[in-house]
Amino acid sequence: MFLTSNLFKFIGVYALVLFSQLLNATTIHVAKGSASNTIQKAIDIANASDTILVSSGIYFEKNIIIDKPLTIIGQNRPVLDGEKKYEIISIKANHVQIMGFKLQHSGYGTLDDVAAIKVYESEYVTISDNIIDDTFFGIYLQSGKNCIIKNNQIISYGEEEQQIGNGIHCWKCENLQIIGNRITGHRDGIYFEFVTHSVIWRNISKKNIRYGLHFMFSNDDAYISNVFSENGAGVSVMFTHRVKMFNNVFSNNWGDAAYGLLLKEISDSYINGNKFLENTSGIYMEGVNNTPVQKNTFLRNGWAIKIQASCMNVSLNFNNFFGNTFDIGTNGFLVLNSFNYNYWDKYEGYDINRNKIGDIAYRPISMFSMIIEQNPQAMILFRSIMVSLLDKTEKIIPSLTPENLKDDFPLMRAIDL
Amino acid sequence: MRKVVKYVILDILRSKIIIGYTILLFLISFSVFSLEDNTAKGLLSLLNLELFIVPLVSIIFSTIYIYNSSEFIELLVSQPLKRKSIWLSLFSGLSTSLVVSFLIGSGLPILYFEPSPTGIIMILIGCMLSVIFVAIALLASVLTRDKAKGMGMAIFLWLYFAIIFDGLVLFLLFQFADYPLEKPMMALSALNPIDLSRIIILLRLDVSALMGYTGAIFKDFFGTTTGFISALLALGLWIAIPLYFSLRIFRKKDL
Amino acid sequence: MITINNISKHFGKLKALDQLNLQFNSGECIALIGPNGSGKTTLIKSILGMVVPDEGSILFNKISISKNWKYRSQIGYMPQIGRYPDNMTIGQVINMMKDIRKSEKNVLDEELVEKFALHDIMNKRMRTLSGGTRQKVSASLAFLFNADVLILDEPTAGLDPVSSEILKEKIVKEKTKGKLIIITSHVLSELDDLITQIVYMQDGKLKFQKEINLLKKETGEEKLSKAIAKIMLQNQL
Repeated sequence: MFLTSNLFKFIGVYALVLFSQLLNATTIHVAKGSASNTIQKAIDIANASDTILVSSGIYFEKNIIIDKPLTIIGQNRPVLDGEKKYEIISIKANHVQIMGFKLQHSGYGTLDDVAAIKVYESEYVTISDNIIDDTFFGIYLQSGKNCIIKNNQIISYGEEEQQIGNGIHCWKCENLQIIGNRITGHRDGIYFEFVTHSVIWRNISKKNIRYGLHFMFSNDDAYISNVFSENGAGVSVMFTHRVKMFNNVFSNNWGDAAYGLLLKEISDSYINGNKFLENTSGIYMEGVNNTPVQKNTFLRNGWAIKIQASCMNVSLNFNNFFGNTFDIGTNGFLVLNSFNYNYWDKYEGYDINRNKIGDIAYRPISMFSMIIEQNPQAMILFRSIMVSLLDKTEKIIPSLTPENLKDDFPLMRAIDL
Repeated sequence: MRKVVKYVILDILRSKIIIGYTILLFLISFSVFSLEDNTAKGLLSLLNLELFIVPLVSIIFSTIYIYNSSEFIELLVSQPLKRKSIWLSLFSGLSTSLVVSFLIGSGLPILYFEPSPTGIIMILIGCMLSVIFVAIALLASVLTRDKAKGMGMAIFLWLYFAIIFDGLVLFLLFQFADYPLEKPMMALSALNPIDLSRIIILLRLDVSALMGYTGAIFKDFFGTTTGFISALLALGLWIAIPLYFSLRIFRKKDL
Repeated sequence: MITINNISKHFGKLKALDQLNLQFNSGECIALIGPNGSGKTTLIKSILGMVVPDEGSILFNKISISKNWKYRSQIGYMPQIGRYPDNMTIGQVINMMKDIRKSEKNVLDEELVEKFALHDIMNKRMRTLSGGTRQKVSASLAFLFNADVLILDEPTAGLDPVSSEILKEKIVKEKTKGKLIIITSHVLSELDDLITQIVYMQDGKLKFQKEINLLKKETGEEKLSKAIAKIMLQNQL
């Protein structure tokens, strides 16, 4: 449904663009055996706002440089091959559109970031419906503004962090829309550094070596309805203000330093309606301020949330916790956060006054999770009788766990999310 | 030998304790599964039962049985029977009864509510633990003639394996917190059948948490078929070694 | 039939048997007597293989009994206190013993089972039995397999006079068949008309082994108890 409706939308927009350009723009065909048999030749002879249609076939054009506003459309998915040596397309002009291609075998380098498509300080660039296969970086935006990266499939086969670039790499950008892309096998699926006022929507980023989404110094962004799964270390959001994270799925990020979502130095953000499934840690928070974490679901994680003592005014409310090994982990005694009105499946209290809120507080932190925090190797003793005894004693006489880390109003039933 | 086993089992089955144990297991297992809304949580509660009650009942019941049967054993020894076959008959009789009890009491509910590989492994581990603690009980009761001392030893052994051992491990972990202890810990866990069983099950139930830290190393070992089989073999040794030594002592024991 | 060569047994500091030498032949009926703790039961248990002597050897039909168990099929043993699995009935115990010891060679001898009227109480559980009834069961079992050697530890203790008499008759009957019978007892008068030989033990040592006729002649006493009392007196002097 989503794909087809998008397709129609896309065709509509495309038709409009064509129509408006018919007045003063020409269309150049690129095909094997014709006068303009390479894309670069077509670009060279084209005027601004022209359209270049590329027929199917495989093109070895080394580095294609687009230096004027052009619409370049691949028909029947022509293949652009970088022979493992070249950056395939470099965009150095505004209002460029590229769609319908398959780009493969870009060059790679450890000093310069070679990509399949790289945008250099340009605005209003649209890159859509391409397949990018086996490249170093996929799509690289350097100081781009108002760009749209949409419905691309970006696949690579990296095995080590140092030998592979990012799927969609954005640096010093504004007003981007990253929509509906699928990214696999890169270092970071999507990389944001100094990117503001942008949206990341409906992307699927999985099986990347490091992060599904790597997000730094990027304020006022939103990422919504994405799926991040089986990434080496999950999703990392750091040194950022005012970021909105809605309805994403973070799943199956397993490993010592793997988190569904790693938050570091975040403030004034929102984390709503997300699902955290089977991660070693669902969310890891360090230095998070003024951030509500609400209506999320935490299912079968090792730790649903690890919240360090450096967090302030994080309000965890109306979340569902099911089947997590530990609900909350922390490293200190100071608790300046709220944990009320959540549903905890481990809650064993009662509700005599039938207001659907448990009459006694729930302590989501067990003594053993404190021990683990200090000595991770003690995990070997988990679920042993001794540990259960310690936990039971601790519940009665709290001594090691923070006294005020508790949900005073634990819900008796899970919230419908 | 088969004849003697038959009579030992008949004798045990006639005692009400073993029937009570079966019913207790059944009631707990059944209620655990019906009260919990998801079966994974039920399995976890059942794990505690398995690691706590099964060894306790097995060791206490077997020790009491051996002491209470001392005259019966004397009677058998004065008959034309090999001591080895008498002892092995007692072992087989006790093991069979406790395993059957466990299978009916816990095995059936597990199979009904959670017929997954994890459930099957839980059942297997429960049976192994029953037999292991029969073997340990035999060793404890053959070591001393005094019933009170023997019972004391049995309870202490259970306490040791169920709680004290883990306390010592925790102590060691904190004493040597700066060293990588994962591999020594793995070896250490083989010294306690309850820990070994717990870890085997844990790797199936709390895999997310275990993927971090020590767990990864454990998973790398116990998670593989070779690791799983070696863990089972280690449990097997926990049956064979106490049984072997108890047999050696029993063969020379004055009755 | 049974040769005991220089056996000793310690239980901790206690010397239960001290370099004991004895010879028992078939056709004899031997009374093993001595004060409490003199080592009688230990001796019997050693013969049965229940106690392993520290040194010395026991030969049964000239074959050492150590690491041997088959010879026990030729022994019927009646323990001092016969205790059996509590939950089994008399019938089950008897059947179990038959099941364990059954072989083509021996013909079952159910005379005592019948005379003690055990058939009427076959369904009683062992737990519910009185000491006397248990003794009846033990005696019946000892004689059941027609063994060549009968070892009876305090056989008449706890038996009512009638049963006691039945048992004594049975012992006499078996003796005449040429079996070796070893009895321990401290009620000496009961043994008078059965015994052919006396073995007297004290502190794990053999005091004397004598033919009963010889003993009576030496002491000039007709009553066994008096004869022994006299001997003991002599020994003390």
